[in-house]
Amino acid sequence: MRLSDLPRGTDAVIDSVDDPGGADPVAQRLRELGFVPGEAVRVVATAPLGGDPLAVRIGFTRFALRRTEAARVNVHPAGPQA
Amino acid sequence: MTPLNIALVGNPNCGKTALFNLLTGSRQKVANYAGATVERKEGWFTTPAGHTVRLLDLPGAYSLNATSPDEAVTRDVCAGTYRGEAAPDLLVCVADATNLRLHLRFVLEMRALGRPVVLALNMIDAAQRNGMEIDLPRLQAEIGMPVVPTVGIRRDGARSLLARLDDSLPPVPTPLPAGTDLHAMVRQILSDCVTQSTPLSDRVEERLDRWVLHPVWGPVILIVLLFFMFQAVFAWAQPLMDGIDAGMGWLGQQVGRLLPDGLLRSLIVDGVIAGAGSVVTFLPQILILFAWILALEESGYLPRAAFLLDRLMSFAGLSGRSFIPLLSSFACAVPGVMATRTIQNPRDRLVTILIAPLMTCSARLPVYTLLIGAFIPHRDIAGFLNLQGLVLFGLYALGIVSAVVVARVLRWRNPDRQEATLLMELPAYRLPNPRDLALGLWERARIFLMRVGTTIVSLTVLLWGLSSFPAPPPGAPGPAIDWSLAGRIGHLMLPVFAPLGFNWQICVALIPGLAAREVAVGALATVYSLGSGTDTDQAAAQLGQMLPTHWSLATALSLLAWYVYAPQCVATLAVIRRETASWRVVALAAGYLFALAYAAAFLTYHIARML
Repeated sequence: MRLSDLPRGTDAVIDSVDDPGGADPVAQRLRELGFVPGEAVRVVATAPLGGDPLAVRIGFTRFALRRTEAARVNVHPAGPQA
Repeated sequence: MTPLNIALVGNPNCGKTALFNLLTGSRQKVANYAGATVERKEGWFTTPAGHTVRLLDLPGAYSLNATSPDEAVTRDVCAGTYRGEAAPDLLVCVADATNLRLHLRFVLEMRALGRPVVLALNMIDAAQRNGMEIDLPRLQAEIGMPVVPTVGIRRDGARSLLARLDDSLPPVPTPLPAGTDLHAMVRQILSDCVTQSTPLSDRVEERLDRWVLHPVWGPVILIVLLFFMFQAVFAWAQPLMDGIDAGMGWLGQQVGRLLPDGLLRSLIVDGVIAGAGSVVTFLPQILILFAWILALEESGYLPRAAFLLDRLMSFAGLSGRSFIPLLSSFACAVPGVMATRTIQNPRDRLVTILIAPLMTCSARLPVYTLLIGAFIPHRDIAGFLNLQGLVLFGLYALGIVSAVVVARVLRWRNPDRQEATLLMELPAYRLPNPRDLALGLWERARIFLMRVGTTIVSLTVLLWGLSSFPAPPPGAPGPAIDWSLAGRIGHLMLPVFAPLGFNWQICVALIPGLAAREVAVGALATVYSLGSGTDTDQAAAQLGQMLPTHWSLATALSLLAWYVYAPQCVATLAVIRRETASWRVVALAAGYLFALAYAAAFLTYHIARML
């Protein structure tokens, strides 16, 4: 599933980051900021007026990103032991 | 001995600037990089062993793979390829100890540069409070460079860094093999060197963010903060302003008593002291506004406000990133326009630059304060709000609403669809540090006073000259200023501005008001004091009491509406030209603002007269 579809408060693990239409600067920056396979991620808040953008916690850091940006990140929900 | 060139590098929000302030104190110089619009901060200090150090505070960057002009400057200066900048002898890479997973990756990138690097592990105290234990010797070995702990906000927080600087330069770190997975390496280092005992969800920011980013409570907190900010600017500043006002009046009287009656006394008392004095009076208000903005910025709240407002900004076709430049524009459009450099999308950036002057800058406050104080009764509403504060709030709101409309029109006229991005870090919360606030405020106060000292005083003196010459013939009827050049220019402008309810005195004050908005107050003081023939300092102090006898309420409201859009100051136009390198944009900005100001003042005047 995509990070943009992840319900708030659910722990998940990143599988990959897509480059829509070839080398994508947003995807590149996401990877530099730590959105890399295996990293734990969680949506900690959604903004008022329609739930866009998202606030996401990855590692020790929180980022704000729009749903279109979050849609580049593929995740799977973490198991209960994680 | 030649000074040691050191550059401070690091991620945004790593506490680099606090460390810079701690090391250099007030020995700082702020300018721009040659050929770029990126702010360049340099400072000096001496190490305990007596070495002189020239310290450059580079713009924060997430990666050497630059995506903004700021990051490009950092990349080039670090590489020693920036023209006009000496290559640094040593890089001090600052990383937030509580956020190593993000920051260490950039530190590892530094190893490719072929320069000596020291890692300053900043905010080590906060890491310990968060239950983190860091094995410094092991970290130093694995990361391949010396590591010193620092606390940017504590007085002796740079002691180990200073001691390290007095040692010989560390060896150049060996570059990592090409294609190293930096993230994997960071993960390995963290699992080797860091033990974390407190769960993440117990951290302060997690608990605070549950409220601050809440879809309902978040906006409530934001509105309350902004509302108190404006009430504070209006209410708390008053005693200080009265004090400065009285001081200037006293100064005018003393100087007036010392000088013989004549042209020189008139120049000093009516021109310089009355003109500059009525503007210096507004310093407390401007400082309170800047203190709020600086505190919000330092505390880490501003990016959260951008998160909450992103959706709202997208109605105007912008992103939350435009919020910070626009909020800065409430203090002054010049830093606001300069802050648009953090917006990567060129169209978003242009729209933000064009609407930045609609945010009510602090230079408009003197005009608002004068007119509101003179024409709007000081009356309490619902027990705790007062009518004057509400009108001020309304004027700010009008500017914001107009900005949204203008941004939408610009977007509709220029519909190229590139994806608007946000992607922004929400940094850890910090208590604003008094020293960093004080240095920031000092910088603002200096810029403001230098403007008073140069532009504004020369403009008021010019205006005094225009208002004093030529002198009326002996025994001529009417006030002297009616015979002067200023009076004639004012009368010439009158046909254009009479439909707005402006009299010729306002027209005269508008001329220097175009050069710097706040001068309009000084100009009115000069025009009226010379016109009425009374003592100037008296007139300057009593301008507020005098105006209601000269102007109708409709005229005052019309002038307020004019100033919401106020054809902007030369400094704003100059910075727009510099940031966009286009006279077309400058003409567009000046033209649309003038048209809006005229239309708004015209409507206000005629509606107010009908009521």
